[in-house]
Amino acid sequence: MSRIEIDVNGTHRTLEVEPRTLLVHALRDGLGLTGTHVGCDTSSCGACTVMIDGVSAKSCTVFAVQVDGGSVTTIEGLGAAADLHPMQEAFWAKHGLQCGYCTPGMIVSAVDLLRRHPDPTDDQIRAGLDGNLCRCTGYENIVRAVRAAAGAMRENSPRHSVAELLPAGGGD
Amino acid sequence: MAFNTLMGAKVRRREDPRLITGRATYVDDVQVVGLLYAAFVRSPYAHAKVLRVDLSEAKRALGVFAAYASADLRAAGLDVSMPVAADIPGMQKPPHPPLATDEVHFVGEAVAMIVANDPYAARDAAEAVVVEYDELPAVVDMEKAVAGGPLAHTSLPSNVAYDLPTKVGDVDGLFASADVVVKQRLVNQRLVPCPMEPRAMLAQWDTGPGALTLYSSTQIPHLLRTNLAILLGLPETKVRVIAPEVGGGFGAKLQFYSEELLVAWASRQLGRPIKYIETRSENFQAMTHGRDQIQYVEAAATKDGRITALRMKIYSNLGAYHQLLTPAIATFTPMMSIGCYTIEALECQLIGVFTNTMSTDAYRGAGRPEATYLIERMIDLVAGELGLDPIDARRRNFIAADAFPHPIVTGLVYDSGNYQGSLDKLLRLVDYPAFRARQTEARKHGRYLGIGFSTYVEICGMGPSAAMPAPGWDSATIRVEPTGSVTVMTGISPHGQGQETTFAQLVASELGVPIDNVIIVHGDTDRVQYGVGTFGSRGTAVGGAALKLAIESIQEKAIKIAAHQWEASPDDVEYRDGKIQVKGVPSNSMTTAEVGFLAFRGVNLPPGVEPGLDATRRFEPPNFVFPFGAHACIVDIDPQTGETKIERYVAVDDCGPIINPLIVEGQIHGGIAQGIGQALYESAEYDENGQLTSGTFMDYAIPHAAQVVSYETDHTTTPTDVNPLGIKGVGEAGTIGSVPAVVNAVMDALAPFGVKHIDMPLRPEKLWRAMQSTRNGATRT
Repeated sequence: MSRIEIDVNGTHRTLEVEPRTLLVHALRDGLGLTGTHVGCDTSSCGACTVMIDGVSAKSCTVFAVQVDGGSVTTIEGLGAAADLHPMQEAFWAKHGLQCGYCTPGMIVSAVDLLRRHPDPTDDQIRAGLDGNLCRCTGYENIVRAVRAAAGAMRENSPRHSVAELLPAGGGD
Repeated sequence: MAFNTLMGAKVRRREDPRLITGRATYVDDVQVVGLLYAAFVRSPYAHAKVLRVDLSEAKRALGVFAAYASADLRAAGLDVSMPVAADIPGMQKPPHPPLATDEVHFVGEAVAMIVANDPYAARDAAEAVVVEYDELPAVVDMEKAVAGGPLAHTSLPSNVAYDLPTKVGDVDGLFASADVVVKQRLVNQRLVPCPMEPRAMLAQWDTGPGALTLYSSTQIPHLLRTNLAILLGLPETKVRVIAPEVGGGFGAKLQFYSEELLVAWASRQLGRPIKYIETRSENFQAMTHGRDQIQYVEAAATKDGRITALRMKIYSNLGAYHQLLTPAIATFTPMMSIGCYTIEALECQLIGVFTNTMSTDAYRGAGRPEATYLIERMIDLVAGELGLDPIDARRRNFIAADAFPHPIVTGLVYDSGNYQGSLDKLLRLVDYPAFRARQTEARKHGRYLGIGFSTYVEICGMGPSAAMPAPGWDSATIRVEPTGSVTVMTGISPHGQGQETTFAQLVASELGVPIDNVIIVHGDTDRVQYGVGTFGSRGTAVGGAALKLAIESIQEKAIKIAAHQWEASPDDVEYRDGKIQVKGVPSNSMTTAEVGFLAFRGVNLPPGVEPGLDATRRFEPPNFVFPFGAHACIVDIDPQTGETKIERYVAVDDCGPIINPLIVEGQIHGGIAQGIGQALYESAEYDENGQLTSGTFMDYAIPHAAQVVSYETDHTTTPTDVNPLGIKGVGEAGTIGSVPAVVNAVMDALAPFGVKHIDMPLRPEKLWRAMQSTRNGATRT
């Protein structure tokens, strides 16, 4: 077993892992952060995407020991119901998810995409999400959500909570 | 929000806050004390004798609690065959043991099961199992399988599971008098459903009461409970099935898998909870596949383009075993093969074939996409043969809008429709004449644009019980709680379709309750009355209809109680704007919550009215529903590479009245993407030895974001009278309508090369070769 120290969603964590333990399993089984999902075994689907030191990465393709001393942000760290990240809010507003399984990875990838392209074209959005598969939405509303989030983030809109957004079921 | 604006409103989904923040609970997120993990040893051969399974080393491995082969199950009293719900008279049913006994029949068939205290340990121990096989000849090609190839099961006399003839109308006369007969062989290739969450299950045996809880990523919790109880010999009351968050299903989780049985059984054997989460590689091999038909079609037509009769020979590749609905899926194909046209007669020989491949079963559309593809390709081929525009050919064949309800030759009765109407709307959106002008111009410059149409009708809202292999009804319970909150228990089991939102919209609107006070409970057999589940675009058309009936029961009782307070006759009291009031006297009103409290308190109730305000209702559909629509796809084929770029995709769909346009559009979008996937990219490939060569996301090409396009969607609204909501289903329509639109567009683009038909998927290499062979052969200028 190896002892590793990681900053996970702003909290210092010390873990003991087998050298072969994948980061996604350390996060899910070791820390109970089950928002990060596993959808394949070939690094193809992106459901397990997290930020490592601020850059998106597929956590099924990284050993936990590789991030010793680094920082990891998962979907749970991006925003909670009381404090939604603009990307989470945009996925909600634009119906950018159905079964929700790919969604955490998709949202994390989309946040990283906006870091690289703050005002992306639709083609840049589609290309930027090439590593994330969704079988439900046909991607249409995901693209709309990323575009909407880009606008909101450029305008520096305040973060919202579910409570502010949910009542009376207003759509947009 | 005001009362009556919720219906038809773009209400944000109430499911989403937990999903977008990573706080949802899928099966793999469930943790219980003492959890063990299962792994399966799977056959690397498509067909082989199993000579020996040696578990001794695996049993000694670190962390292993148990290892089972088929003989161990039988020795412990589990001697069962996995059930098939669908039956066809005279059908062959090979035994389907949960672990292979002396013969394996497809790559990925489970041969042994390991249970260990850690998933890595379980996997390690599975590697240590030694299985000795004697390979047998495998049969993969379904035509060869029928024509005397190797036997898929050495225990069966042939590979033909069933041979089902249909002949209705004057087929022979119409073919004899036809001006033209157009023939085509169509391959509807095998697909892999690929929900993003693979199969996942957790069984927990509670030794005290002797009861089982199974968490499963399933579309049918109650049907799964019934089947588990039967196979495990348990009282059904001691089996609870929970479908927590389910990460997509697409028909492949409308199933009872041997892994579900084995995990439950082993949990009882060991007295420990056991989780099994399959890998994606296992999912490709061992979760049911879809489609896989070869269709020989002949269409008889008049010279003005009216198709009068069809003759078909259809091979349906069932795979190695019958899963729950395997034999039934292809029977939808001839039944719906006339599409939205006035075809008077058809003849079909439908042959269900066993091969050494994974079973096929329901996949989004399940037998109907194969029918729509068949007829929508044939109508284009007939049009091409006669030099007709594909739009004109469709118009000449449509069932008229005033001819509904419309009995068709296969015995179904189309409930309502306006095929002309949706096509007219589509053509306005597309600007068809402008496209044809642009196409002509582009061809002069060596660019190959094409437009393809599909006017589809499908059968869903499954369905009348007498016409289904399982019950076709569904159920809803509404409970108005003492504080005015409303609890709804629905028998359907949504997994992405959004009924926690649409059903709440319906209840909030009809009962005048704030939507935040309505909760929709589903997917737990201990919390919800028996329900049939979510599949066949039935969630709202059947489950929603049951909910509407329950709303009516609540309203009826609430009116009686309110009228009694006012000493009025119930006939003079009504629900209006979400309140109960004396007709014409809006000042005299009560809310559902107020009446609910009176009903709970039990004081001053009318004589003969029981306390409490709740209702359970079931809806038995008197017919299926038949959504329809018109899709158009515009493509641009690169003559240098053969690559198809979709330039526009426009869809006009009609699923009746819409509760939430966001959700309906989302269903259509996703359906179209899966259709584009079949048309252009996806194909499950087995080599001649039965090895799955498309067993990962690197080899099986579900569409990525950049491979699809921004869809333009619109609707027409033609209600049905089959259910009290007037609603038809929408879950599968996009997939059913889109496939032929894309293929027809590519064929239109390649018309200058003399290409009439190429089988899917229309990958660049195939198109490039087709264009190349014409160029080299110079068959056309």
